[in-house]
Amino acid sequence: MNENIDSTLRETLDALYYNESRRVLATLIRLLGDFDLAEDAMHDAFAIALTQWQRDGVPTNPRAWLVSTGRFKAIDRMRRQTRFGTSWEDEQIFEASSMEATDVEDETIEDDRLRLIFTCCHPSISLDAQVALTLRELCNLTTEEVAHAFLNAPATIAQRIVRAKSKIRNANIPYEVPEVEDLPNRLEAVLKVIYLVFNEGYSASTGSELMRHDLSGEAIRLGRLLIELLPEESEALGLLALMLLHDSRRAARAAPNGDLVLLDEQDRSLWNHEQIAEGSELTKKALSSGNFGSYTLQAAIAAVHAEASNTNQIDWAEIVGLYDLLLHANQSPVAELNRAVAVAMRDGPEAGLALVDDLLSRGELNKYHLTYAAQADFYRKLGKIEQAKVAYQYALNLTRQEPERRFLNRRLAELKN
Amino acid sequence: MKYLCLICAETVMEQMSAVDAEKHFEEYREFTGNIRTSGHFVDCNRLLPPIAAITVRVRNGKVSTCDGPYVETKEQLGGYYVIEARDLNEAIRVASRIPGAGIGCVEVRPIAEDVQTIHALRIAETG
Repeated sequence: MNENIDSTLRETLDALYYNESRRVLATLIRLLGDFDLAEDAMHDAFAIALTQWQRDGVPTNPRAWLVSTGRFKAIDRMRRQTRFGTSWEDEQIFEASSMEATDVEDETIEDDRLRLIFTCCHPSISLDAQVALTLRELCNLTTEEVAHAFLNAPATIAQRIVRAKSKIRNANIPYEVPEVEDLPNRLEAVLKVIYLVFNEGYSASTGSELMRHDLSGEAIRLGRLLIELLPEESEALGLLALMLLHDSRRAARAAPNGDLVLLDEQDRSLWNHEQIAEGSELTKKALSSGNFGSYTLQAAIAAVHAEASNTNQIDWAEIVGLYDLLLHANQSPVAELNRAVAVAMRDGPEAGLALVDDLLSRGELNKYHLTYAAQADFYRKLGKIEQAKVAYQYALNLTRQEPERRFLNRRLAELKN
Repeated sequence: MKYLCLICAETVMEQMSAVDAEKHFEEYREFTGNIRTSGHFVDCNRLLPPIAAITVRVRNGKVSTCDGPYVETKEQLGGYYVIEARDLNEAIRVASRIPGAGIGCVEVRPIAEDVQTIHALRIAETG
Protein backbone atom coordinates (compact mmCIF):
# COMPACT_ATOMS: atom_id res chain seq x y z
CA MET A 1 0.00 0.00 0.00
CA ASN A 2 1.04 3.57 -0.61
CA GLU A 3 2.71 5.06 2.47
CA ASN A 4 2.38 8.69 1.40
CA ILE A 5 -1.39 8.94 1.61
CA ASP A 6 -2.31 11.71 3.98
CA SER A 7 -4.27 10.59 6.99
CA THR A 8 -7.33 12.84 6.47
CA LEU A 9 -7.86 11.36 3.01
CA ARG A 10 -7.64 7.88 4.48
CA GLU A 11 -10.19 8.84 7.13
CA THR A 12 -12.48 10.30 4.45
CA LEU A 13 -12.24 7.08 2.48
CA ASP A 14 -12.81 4.91 5.54
CA ALA A 15 -15.93 6.89 6.41
CA LEU A 16 -17.07 6.73 2.80
CA TYR A 17 -16.53 2.98 2.77
CA TYR A 18 -18.51 2.59 5.98
CA ASN A 19 -21.43 4.79 4.89
CA GLU A 20 -21.59 4.38 1.15
CA SER A 21 -19.99 1.11 0.09
CA ARG A 22 -23.31 -0.83 0.23
CA ARG A 23 -25.00 1.77 -1.96
CA VAL A 24 -22.11 1.77 -4.42
CA LEU A 25 -22.10 -2.04 -4.49
CA ALA A 26 -25.87 -2.24 -4.99
CA THR A 27 -25.67 0.09 -7.98
CA LEU A 28 -22.65 -1.65 -9.50
CA ILE A 29 -24.45 -5.00 -9.28
CA ARG A 30 -27.29 -3.51 -11.31
CA LEU A 31 -24.96 -1.90 -13.87
CA LEU A 32 -22.69 -4.93 -14.28
CA GLY A 33 -25.23 -7.69 -13.73
CA ASP A 34 -22.89 -9.75 -11.56
CA PHE A 35 -22.07 -9.80 -7.82
CA ASP A 36 -18.40 -10.77 -8.11
CA LEU A 37 -17.69 -8.37 -10.94
CA ALA A 38 -19.35 -5.61 -8.93
CA GLU A 39 -17.33 -6.40 -5.79
CA ASP A 40 -14.10 -6.32 -7.77
CA ALA A 41 -15.16 -3.08 -9.43
CA MET A 42 -15.94 -1.45 -6.10
CA HIS A 43 -12.66 -2.60 -4.61
CA ASP A 44 -10.79 -1.15 -7.62
CA ALA A 45 -12.70 2.12 -7.37
CA PHE A 46 -11.70 2.62 -3.73
CA ALA A 47 -8.08 1.67 -4.55
CA ILE A 48 -7.97 4.21 -7.39
CA ALA A 49 -9.62 6.88 -5.22
CA LEU A 50 -6.79 6.52 -2.73
CA THR A 51 -4.19 7.75 -5.22
CA GLN A 52 -6.29 9.92 -7.51
CA TRP A 53 -8.02 11.97 -4.80
CA GLN A 54 -4.64 12.60 -3.22
CA ARG A 55 -3.62 14.32 -6.45
CA ASP A 56 -6.91 15.87 -7.62
CA GLY A 57 -8.85 16.35 -4.39
CA VAL A 58 -12.10 14.69 -3.32
CA PRO A 59 -14.77 14.94 -6.07
CA THR A 60 -18.02 16.79 -5.34
CA ASN A 61 -20.12 13.63 -5.56
CA PRO A 62 -17.82 10.86 -4.28
CA ARG A 63 -20.49 8.17 -4.55
CA ALA A 64 -21.16 8.87 -8.24
CA TRP A 65 -17.41 9.01 -8.86
CA LEU A 66 -16.92 5.60 -7.22
CA VAL A 67 -19.76 4.06 -9.23
CA SER A 68 -18.55 5.34 -12.60
CA THR A 69 -14.88 4.57 -11.88
CA GLY A 70 -15.78 1.05 -10.74
CA ARG A 71 -17.88 0.53 -13.84
CA PHE A 72 -15.11 1.69 -16.20
CA LYS A 73 -12.62 -0.52 -14.43
CA ALA A 74 -14.94 -3.53 -14.76
CA ILE A 75 -15.49 -2.95 -18.48
CA ASP A 76 -11.75 -2.65 -18.90
CA ARG A 77 -11.29 -5.92 -17.04
CA MET A 78 -13.94 -7.69 -19.15
CA ARG A 79 -12.23 -6.51 -22.35
CA ARG A 80 -8.81 -7.71 -21.16
CA GLN A 81 -10.16 -11.07 -20.07
CA THR A 82 -11.76 -11.55 -23.48
CA ARG A 83 -8.22 -11.36 -24.82
CA PHE A 84 -7.30 -14.36 -22.64
CA GLY A 85 -10.29 -16.34 -23.79
CA THR A 86 -12.70 -15.67 -20.92
CA SER A 87 -16.03 -15.55 -22.61
CA TRP A 88 -17.50 -12.16 -21.85
CA GLU A 89 -20.04 -11.56 -24.55
CA ASP A 90 -19.70 -8.29 -26.45
CA GLU A 91 -23.33 -7.68 -25.63
CA GLN A 92 -22.61 -7.91 -21.91
CA ILE A 93 -19.75 -5.44 -22.23
CA PHE A 94 -21.88 -3.11 -24.32
CA GLU A 95 -24.71 -3.22 -21.82
CA ALA A 96 -22.35 -2.42 -18.97
CA SER A 97 -20.86 0.51 -20.89
CA SER A 98 -24.14 2.17 -21.75
CA MET A 99 -24.90 4.11 -18.62
CA GLU A 100 -27.34 6.95 -18.33
CA ALA A 101 -26.73 9.94 -16.08
CA THR A 102 -29.85 8.92 -14.13
CA ASP A 103 -28.13 5.63 -13.19
CA VAL A 104 -26.31 7.31 -10.36
CA GLU A 105 -29.05 9.66 -9.20
CA ASP A 106 -30.06 9.31 -5.58
CA GLU A 107 -33.50 7.88 -6.23
CA THR A 108 -32.23 5.14 -8.52
CA ILE A 109 -29.54 4.31 -5.99
CA GLU A 110 -32.08 3.92 -3.16
CA ASP A 111 -33.97 1.51 -5.43
CA ASP A 112 -30.73 -0.39 -5.92
CA ARG A 113 -30.46 -1.08 -2.20
CA LEU A 114 -34.00 -2.40 -2.26
CA ARG A 115 -33.12 -4.56 -5.29
CA LEU A 116 -30.16 -5.90 -3.34
CA ILE A 117 -32.33 -6.80 -0.32
CA PHE A 118 -34.85 -8.66 -2.46
CA THR A 119 -32.13 -10.46 -4.39
CA CYS A 120 -30.25 -11.58 -1.25
CA CYS A 121 -33.55 -12.84 0.22
CA HIS A 122 -34.76 -14.53 -2.95
CA PRO A 123 -36.84 -17.63 -2.13
CA SER A 124 -34.95 -19.82 -4.61
CA ILE A 125 -31.82 -19.50 -2.41
CA SER A 126 -31.75 -21.58 0.79
CA LEU A 127 -32.67 -19.69 3.95
CA ASP A 128 -29.19 -20.20 5.44
CA ALA A 129 -27.66 -18.68 2.33
CA GLN A 130 -30.15 -15.80 2.32
CA VAL A 131 -29.04 -14.94 5.85
CA ALA A 132 -25.32 -15.19 5.05
CA LEU A 133 -25.67 -13.17 1.86
CA THR A 134 -27.78 -10.47 3.56
CA LEU A 135 -25.31 -10.06 6.40
CA ARG A 136 -22.32 -9.90 4.09
CA GLU A 137 -23.64 -7.83 1.19
CA LEU A 138 -26.06 -5.52 3.02
CA CYS A 139 -24.61 -5.28 6.52
CA ASN A 140 -21.00 -5.45 5.39
CA LEU A 141 -20.06 -8.23 7.81
CA THR A 142 -17.08 -10.32 6.74
CA THR A 143 -17.50 -14.02 6.00
CA GLU A 144 -15.53 -14.76 9.17
CA GLU A 145 -17.86 -12.55 11.26
CA VAL A 146 -20.96 -14.25 9.87
CA ALA A 147 -19.39 -17.64 10.63
CA HIS A 148 -18.54 -16.58 14.18
CA ALA A 149 -22.04 -15.26 14.82
CA PHE A 150 -23.64 -18.53 13.71
CA LEU A 151 -20.94 -20.77 15.21
CA ASN A 152 -20.06 -22.15 11.81
CA ALA A 153 -16.72 -22.72 10.10
CA PRO A 154 -15.77 -19.79 7.81
CA ALA A 155 -15.20 -22.26 4.95
CA THR A 156 -18.84 -23.44 5.28
CA ILE A 157 -20.23 -19.91 5.13
CA ALA A 158 -17.86 -18.95 2.31
CA GLN A 159 -19.09 -21.82 0.14
CA ARG A 160 -22.69 -21.06 0.97
CA ILE A 161 -22.12 -17.51 -0.32
CA VAL A 162 -20.27 -18.68 -3.44
CA ARG A 163 -23.07 -21.14 -4.28
CA ALA A 164 -25.80 -18.58 -3.67
CA LYS A 165 -24.08 -16.15 -6.03
CA SER A 166 -23.73 -18.77 -8.75
CA LYS A 167 -27.37 -19.62 -8.25
CA ILE A 168 -28.31 -15.96 -8.74
CA ARG A 169 -26.15 -15.83 -11.87
CA ASN A 170 -27.13 -19.17 -13.40
CA ALA A 171 -30.82 -19.10 -12.58
CA ASN A 172 -30.99 -15.54 -13.95
CA ILE A 173 -32.62 -14.30 -10.77
CA PRO A 174 -33.59 -10.78 -11.76
CA TYR A 175 -32.09 -7.87 -9.88
CA GLU A 176 -35.28 -6.00 -9.21
CA VAL A 177 -37.88 -4.90 -6.72
CA PRO A 178 -40.81 -7.33 -7.11
CA GLU A 179 -44.00 -6.20 -8.84
CA VAL A 180 -46.88 -5.11 -6.62
CA GLU A 181 -48.66 -8.49 -6.87
CA ASP A 182 -45.54 -10.40 -5.73
CA LEU A 183 -44.49 -7.88 -3.12
CA PRO A 184 -46.35 -9.33 -0.09
CA ASN A 185 -44.79 -12.79 -0.53
CA ARG A 186 -41.34 -11.53 -1.32
CA LEU A 187 -41.46 -9.04 1.54
CA GLU A 188 -42.43 -11.90 3.84
CA ALA A 189 -39.15 -13.63 2.92
CA VAL A 190 -37.13 -10.47 3.62
CA LEU A 191 -38.83 -9.97 7.00
CA LYS A 192 -38.18 -13.61 7.87
CA VAL A 193 -34.44 -13.23 7.23
CA ILE A 194 -34.26 -10.04 9.31
CA TYR A 195 -36.23 -11.63 12.16
CA LEU A 196 -34.04 -14.73 12.06
CA VAL A 197 -30.90 -12.59 12.33
CA PHE A 198 -32.47 -10.70 15.23
CA ASN A 199 -33.48 -13.85 17.07
CA GLU A 200 -30.10 -15.45 16.60
CA GLY A 201 -28.59 -12.38 18.23
CA TYR A 202 -31.28 -12.09 20.90
CA SER A 203 -31.32 -15.67 22.07
CA ALA A 204 -28.39 -17.57 20.70
CA SER A 205 -29.53 -21.15 20.15
CA THR A 206 -26.31 -22.63 21.51
CA GLY A 207 -23.29 -21.46 23.41
CA SER A 208 -22.56 -19.66 26.59
CA GLU A 209 -23.67 -16.11 25.90
CA LEU A 210 -27.35 -15.36 26.26
CA MET A 211 -27.34 -12.65 23.63
CA ARG A 212 -25.16 -11.75 20.69
CA HIS A 213 -25.60 -8.02 20.45
CA ASP A 214 -24.07 -7.45 17.07
CA LEU A 215 -26.61 -9.55 15.23
CA SER A 216 -29.58 -7.91 16.95
CA GLY A 217 -28.12 -4.50 16.17
CA GLU A 218 -27.60 -5.46 12.52
CA ALA A 219 -31.18 -6.74 12.28
CA ILE A 220 -32.53 -3.47 13.70
CA ARG A 221 -30.40 -1.55 11.20
CA LEU A 222 -31.83 -3.66 8.38
CA GLY A 223 -35.34 -3.11 9.72
CA ARG A 224 -34.75 0.66 9.70
CA LEU A 225 -33.38 0.53 6.18
CA LEU A 226 -36.42 -1.41 5.05
CA ILE A 227 -38.94 1.10 6.40
CA GLU A 228 -36.86 3.94 5.03
CA LEU A 229 -37.21 2.32 1.60
CA LEU A 230 -40.77 0.96 2.01
CA PRO A 231 -42.40 3.35 4.51
CA GLU A 232 -45.96 2.17 3.86
CA GLU A 233 -45.50 -1.55 4.57
CA SER A 234 -47.21 -2.21 7.89
CA GLU A 235 -45.51 -5.54 8.55
CA ALA A 236 -42.09 -3.93 8.03
CA LEU A 237 -43.12 -1.33 10.63
CA GLY A 238 -44.41 -4.12 12.87
CA LEU A 239 -41.18 -6.10 12.64
CA LEU A 240 -39.02 -3.08 13.49
CA ALA A 241 -41.36 -2.29 16.40
CA LEU A 242 -41.14 -5.89 17.62
CA MET A 243 -37.35 -5.90 17.48
CA LEU A 244 -37.05 -2.54 19.27
CA LEU A 245 -39.45 -3.62 22.02
CA HIS A 246 -37.63 -6.90 22.63
CA ASP A 247 -34.24 -5.26 22.41
CA SER A 248 -35.30 -2.56 24.91
CA ARG A 249 -35.08 -5.18 27.67
CA ARG A 250 -31.59 -6.29 26.71
CA ALA A 251 -29.82 -4.82 29.73
CA ALA A 252 -32.39 -6.28 32.15
CA ARG A 253 -32.62 -9.72 30.59
CA ALA A 254 -29.38 -11.10 31.92
CA ALA A 255 -27.89 -10.76 35.38
CA PRO A 256 -24.25 -9.59 35.63
CA ASN A 257 -23.19 -13.27 35.90
CA GLY A 258 -24.99 -14.05 32.64
CA ASP A 259 -28.01 -15.69 34.28
CA LEU A 260 -31.44 -15.36 32.70
CA VAL A 261 -33.85 -12.95 34.41
CA LEU A 262 -37.54 -13.56 33.73
CA LEU A 263 -39.79 -10.72 32.57
CA ASP A 264 -41.64 -10.27 35.87
CA GLU A 265 -38.36 -10.22 37.83
CA GLN A 266 -36.58 -7.73 35.59
CA ASP A 267 -35.43 -4.34 36.83
CA ARG A 268 -37.60 -2.08 34.70
CA SER A 269 -35.36 0.92 35.22
CA LEU A 270 -32.84 -0.92 33.05
CA TRP A 271 -35.24 -1.01 30.11
CA ASN A 272 -34.46 1.30 27.22
CA HIS A 273 -37.44 3.66 27.36
CA GLU A 274 -36.53 5.48 24.17
CA GLN A 275 -36.70 2.19 22.26
CA ILE A 276 -40.00 1.36 23.99
CA ALA A 277 -41.49 4.72 22.97
CA GLU A 278 -40.31 4.29 19.38
CA GLY A 279 -41.50 0.67 19.24
CA SER A 280 -44.93 1.59 20.64
CA GLU A 281 -45.28 4.45 18.16
CA LEU A 282 -44.40 2.18 15.24
CA THR A 283 -46.84 -0.46 16.53
CA LYS A 284 -49.67 2.08 16.58
CA LYS A 285 -48.83 3.20 13.06
CA ALA A 286 -48.79 -0.41 11.82
CA LEU A 287 -52.05 -1.27 13.61
CA SER A 288 -53.80 1.78 12.17
CA SER A 289 -53.02 0.64 8.63
CA GLY A 290 -55.67 -2.08 8.91
CA ASN A 291 -53.74 -4.73 6.94
CA PHE A 292 -51.22 -5.76 9.58
CA GLY A 293 -50.10 -9.33 10.23
CA SER A 294 -48.29 -11.44 12.76
CA TYR A 295 -45.23 -9.20 13.31
CA THR A 296 -47.43 -6.24 14.18
CA LEU A 297 -49.53 -8.37 16.55
CA GLN A 298 -46.43 -9.70 18.28
CA ALA A 299 -45.20 -6.11 18.57
CA ALA A 300 -48.56 -5.11 20.08
CA ILE A 301 -48.20 -7.86 22.70
CA ALA A 302 -44.63 -6.77 23.46
CA ALA A 303 -45.86 -3.16 23.75
CA VAL A 304 -48.49 -4.10 26.36
CA HIS A 305 -45.73 -5.73 28.44
CA ALA A 306 -43.33 -2.85 27.94
CA GLU A 307 -45.81 -0.11 28.78
CA ALA A 308 -47.06 -1.66 32.04
CA SER A 309 -45.23 -0.23 35.04
CA ASN A 310 -45.19 -3.66 36.72
CA THR A 311 -46.44 -7.21 36.11
CA ASN A 312 -49.59 -6.73 38.17
CA GLN A 313 -50.66 -3.91 35.90
CA ILE A 314 -50.58 -6.01 32.75
CA ASP A 315 -53.96 -6.43 31.13
CA TRP A 316 -53.83 -10.18 30.50
CA ALA A 317 -57.27 -10.22 28.89
CA GLU A 318 -55.93 -7.82 26.25
CA ILE A 319 -52.85 -10.00 25.73
CA VAL A 320 -55.00 -13.14 25.35
CA GLY A 321 -57.12 -11.23 22.82
CA LEU A 322 -54.01 -10.27 20.82
CA TYR A 323 -52.84 -13.90 20.85
CA ASP A 324 -56.25 -14.94 19.52
CA LEU A 325 -55.79 -12.52 16.61
CA LEU A 326 -52.23 -13.73 16.12
CA LEU A 327 -53.32 -17.38 15.96
CA HIS A 328 -56.06 -16.39 13.57
CA ALA A 329 -53.51 -14.69 11.28
CA ASN A 330 -50.87 -17.34 11.64
CA GLN A 331 -51.45 -20.75 13.27
CA SER A 332 -48.28 -21.50 15.26
CA PRO A 333 -47.73 -23.86 18.20
CA VAL A 334 -45.22 -21.47 19.80
CA ALA A 335 -47.85 -18.70 19.77
CA GLU A 336 -50.31 -21.21 21.28
CA LEU A 337 -47.85 -21.93 24.07
CA ASN A 338 -47.44 -18.21 24.76
CA ARG A 339 -51.21 -17.80 24.74
CA ALA A 340 -51.43 -20.61 27.32
CA VAL A 341 -49.09 -18.63 29.60
CA ALA A 342 -51.25 -15.50 29.17
CA VAL A 343 -54.43 -17.49 29.84
CA ALA A 344 -52.83 -18.87 33.02
CA MET A 345 -52.14 -15.31 34.14
CA ARG A 346 -55.74 -14.34 33.42
CA ASP A 347 -57.61 -17.44 34.67
CA GLY A 348 -55.06 -19.25 36.86
CA PRO A 349 -52.44 -22.01 36.34
CA GLU A 350 -55.06 -24.77 35.99
CA ALA A 351 -56.34 -23.20 32.74
CA GLY A 352 -52.79 -22.82 31.37
CA LEU A 353 -51.97 -26.41 32.23
CA ALA A 354 -55.00 -27.70 30.32
CA LEU A 355 -53.89 -25.80 27.20
CA VAL A 356 -50.30 -27.06 27.41
CA ASP A 357 -51.51 -30.65 27.95
CA ASP A 358 -53.70 -30.23 24.89
CA LEU A 359 -50.67 -29.05 22.83
CA LEU A 360 -48.61 -32.02 23.99
CA SER A 361 -51.41 -34.51 23.35
CA ARG A 362 -51.48 -33.29 19.75
CA GLY A 363 -47.76 -34.05 19.54
CA GLU A 364 -46.91 -30.34 19.19
CA LEU A 365 -43.78 -28.86 20.76
CA ASN A 366 -42.95 -32.05 22.64
CA LYS A 367 -39.25 -31.51 21.89
CA TYR A 368 -39.30 -27.84 22.89
CA HIS A 369 -37.80 -27.04 26.31
CA LEU A 370 -40.06 -24.05 26.95
CA THR A 371 -43.20 -26.23 26.76
CA TYR A 372 -41.99 -28.20 29.76
CA ALA A 373 -40.66 -25.09 31.49
CA ALA A 374 -44.16 -23.56 31.26
CA GLN A 375 -45.78 -26.79 32.39
CA ALA A 376 -43.37 -27.01 35.34
CA ASP A 377 -44.17 -23.45 36.33
CA PHE A 378 -47.93 -24.17 36.33
CA TYR A 379 -47.40 -27.31 38.49
CA ARG A 380 -45.17 -25.32 40.84
CA LYS A 381 -47.81 -22.65 41.30
CA LEU A 382 -50.43 -25.37 41.93
CA GLY A 383 -48.19 -26.90 44.59
CA LYS A 384 -47.75 -30.13 42.61
CA ILE A 385 -44.05 -30.36 43.41
CA GLU A 386 -43.33 -33.87 42.09
CA GLN A 387 -44.89 -33.19 38.68
CA ALA A 388 -43.07 -29.84 38.56
CA LYS A 389 -39.71 -31.56 39.17
CA VAL A 390 -40.32 -34.06 36.37
CA ALA A 391 -41.27 -31.27 33.95
CA TYR A 392 -38.21 -29.15 34.87
CA GLN A 393 -36.02 -32.19 34.28
CA TYR A 394 -37.61 -32.68 30.84
CA ALA A 395 -36.94 -29.02 30.02
CA LEU A 396 -33.33 -29.35 31.20
CA ASN A 397 -32.72 -32.36 28.99
CA LEU A 398 -33.91 -30.39 25.96
CA THR A 399 -32.01 -27.12 26.31
CA ARG A 400 -28.46 -26.60 25.11
CA GLN A 401 -28.14 -23.00 26.16
CA GLU A 402 -26.07 -22.42 29.31
CA PRO A 403 -27.95 -19.52 30.98
CA GLU A 404 -31.27 -21.33 30.46
CA ARG A 405 -29.82 -24.51 31.93
CA ARG A 406 -28.66 -22.59 34.98
CA PHE A 407 -32.11 -21.04 35.37
CA LEU A 408 -33.87 -24.41 35.19
CA ASN A 409 -31.38 -25.96 37.63
CA ARG A 410 -32.02 -23.11 40.05
CA ARG A 411 -35.77 -23.71 39.92
CA LEU A 412 -35.26 -27.43 40.37
CA ALA A 413 -33.03 -26.85 43.40
CA GLU A 414 -35.64 -24.53 44.96
CA LEU A 415 -38.25 -27.27 44.66
CA LYS A 416 -36.00 -29.86 46.26
CA ASN A 417 -35.67 -27.67 49.37
CA MET B 1 -6.78 -10.85 6.80
CA LYS B 2 -3.98 -12.55 4.91
CA TYR B 3 -4.53 -15.69 2.87
CA LEU B 4 -2.11 -18.11 1.26
CA CYS B 5 -3.16 -19.32 -2.18
CA LEU B 6 -1.40 -22.55 -3.16
CA ILE B 7 -1.48 -23.21 -6.89
CA CYS B 8 -1.61 -26.88 -7.89
CA ALA B 9 -1.82 -28.38 -11.36
CA GLU B 10 -1.02 -31.58 -13.20
CA THR B 11 1.16 -29.67 -15.63
CA VAL B 12 3.73 -27.11 -14.45
CA MET B 13 5.52 -24.49 -16.58
CA GLU B 14 8.51 -26.77 -17.28
CA GLN B 15 6.22 -29.36 -18.83
CA MET B 16 4.44 -26.94 -21.17
CA SER B 17 5.33 -26.12 -24.75
CA ALA B 18 7.26 -22.87 -25.16
CA VAL B 19 4.22 -21.19 -26.70
CA ASP B 20 1.85 -22.30 -23.92
CA ALA B 21 4.34 -21.36 -21.22
CA GLU B 22 4.84 -17.90 -22.76
CA LYS B 23 1.07 -17.37 -22.80
CA HIS B 24 0.78 -18.59 -19.21
CA PHE B 25 3.56 -16.25 -18.04
CA GLU B 26 1.79 -13.38 -19.76
CA GLU B 27 -1.42 -14.23 -17.89
CA TYR B 28 0.47 -14.23 -14.59
CA ARG B 29 2.11 -10.90 -15.46
CA GLU B 30 -1.32 -9.41 -16.07
CA PHE B 31 -2.91 -10.95 -12.96
CA THR B 32 -0.05 -9.95 -10.66
CA GLY B 33 -0.09 -6.41 -12.02
CA ASN B 34 -3.83 -6.21 -11.34
CA ILE B 35 -3.63 -7.36 -7.74
CA ARG B 36 -0.72 -4.99 -7.07
CA THR B 37 -2.93 -2.11 -8.23
CA SER B 38 -5.94 -3.34 -6.25
CA GLY B 39 -3.88 -3.65 -3.07
CA HIS B 40 -4.44 -7.40 -2.64
CA PHE B 41 -0.83 -8.35 -3.37
CA VAL B 42 1.50 -9.27 -0.50
CA ASP B 43 3.92 -11.82 -1.94
CA CYS B 44 4.24 -14.53 -4.59
CA ASN B 45 6.67 -17.02 -6.08
CA ARG B 46 6.81 -19.79 -8.60
CA LEU B 47 8.33 -23.09 -7.44
CA LEU B 48 10.51 -25.45 -9.42
CA PRO B 49 8.75 -28.75 -10.17
CA PRO B 50 8.38 -31.43 -7.46
CA ILE B 51 11.19 -33.44 -9.08
CA ALA B 52 13.56 -30.82 -7.65
CA ALA B 53 12.20 -31.37 -4.12
CA ILE B 54 13.98 -33.01 -1.21
CA THR B 55 12.04 -33.93 1.93
CA VAL B 56 13.96 -33.64 5.20
CA ARG B 57 13.17 -35.39 8.52
CA VAL B 58 15.04 -35.40 11.82
CA ARG B 59 14.49 -38.33 14.18
CA ASN B 60 16.52 -38.80 17.35
CA GLY B 61 18.89 -36.13 16.10
CA LYS B 62 19.51 -37.97 12.86
CA VAL B 63 18.79 -36.24 9.58
CA SER B 64 17.26 -38.31 6.83
CA THR B 65 16.27 -37.12 3.38
CA CYS B 66 14.35 -38.52 0.46
CA ASP B 67 13.63 -37.41 -3.07
CA GLY B 68 10.46 -35.66 -4.03
CA PRO B 69 7.66 -33.95 -2.16
CA TYR B 70 6.42 -35.34 1.18
CA VAL B 71 3.24 -36.47 -0.44
CA GLU B 72 2.92 -37.80 -3.97
CA THR B 73 -0.13 -36.58 -5.84
CA LYS B 74 -1.00 -36.15 -9.48
CA GLU B 75 -1.40 -32.42 -8.87
CA GLN B 76 1.88 -30.64 -8.23
CA LEU B 77 2.42 -27.53 -6.15
CA GLY B 78 3.66 -24.96 -8.65
CA GLY B 79 3.62 -21.65 -6.82
CA TYR B 80 1.86 -19.43 -4.34
CA TYR B 81 0.46 -16.00 -3.65
CA VAL B 82 0.01 -14.37 -0.27
CA ILE B 83 -2.85 -11.92 -0.54
CA GLU B 84 -4.52 -9.38 1.73
CA ALA B 85 -8.32 -9.53 1.55
CA ARG B 86 -11.29 -8.24 3.55
CA ASP B 87 -12.65 -11.73 4.10
CA LEU B 88 -12.61 -15.32 2.88
CA ASN B 89 -15.06 -14.65 0.05
CA GLU B 90 -12.92 -11.77 -1.24
CA ALA B 91 -9.90 -14.10 -1.08
CA ILE B 92 -11.84 -16.71 -3.07
CA ARG B 93 -12.70 -14.06 -5.68
CA VAL B 94 -9.06 -13.08 -6.07
CA ALA B 95 -7.93 -16.74 -6.09
CA SER B 96 -10.44 -17.56 -8.81
CA ARG B 97 -8.59 -15.17 -11.13
CA ILE B 98 -5.18 -16.82 -10.60
CA PRO B 99 -4.42 -18.24 -14.08
CA GLY B 100 -3.54 -21.65 -12.57
CA ALA B 101 -7.10 -21.99 -11.21
CA GLY B 102 -8.23 -22.47 -14.81
CA ILE B 103 -5.81 -25.39 -15.34
CA GLY B 104 -5.48 -27.03 -11.91
CA CYS B 105 -6.76 -25.74 -8.59
CA VAL B 106 -5.94 -23.18 -5.92
CA GLU B 107 -6.09 -23.95 -2.21
CA VAL B 108 -6.98 -20.86 -0.16
CA ARG B 109 -5.72 -20.93 3.45
CA PRO B 110 -6.23 -18.20 6.01
CA ILE B 111 -2.92 -17.21 7.61
CA ALA B 112 -2.99 -17.42 11.40
CA GLU B 113 -3.11 -13.95 12.96
CA ASP B 114 -3.54 -14.82 16.63
CA VAL B 115 -1.36 -13.03 19.16
CA GLN B 116 0.56 -16.19 20.08
CA THR B 117 1.55 -16.86 16.48
CA ILE B 118 2.53 -13.26 15.81
CA HIS B 119 4.57 -13.20 19.00
CA ALA B 120 6.27 -16.54 18.33
CA LEU B 121 7.13 -15.69 14.73
CA ARG B 122 7.82 -11.99 15.37
CA ILE B 123 5.92 -11.08 12.24
CA ALA B 124 5.37 -7.53 13.49
CA GLU B 125 9.13 -6.81 13.74
CA THR B 126 9.97 -7.72 10.19
CA GLY B 127 6.92 -5.91 8.84
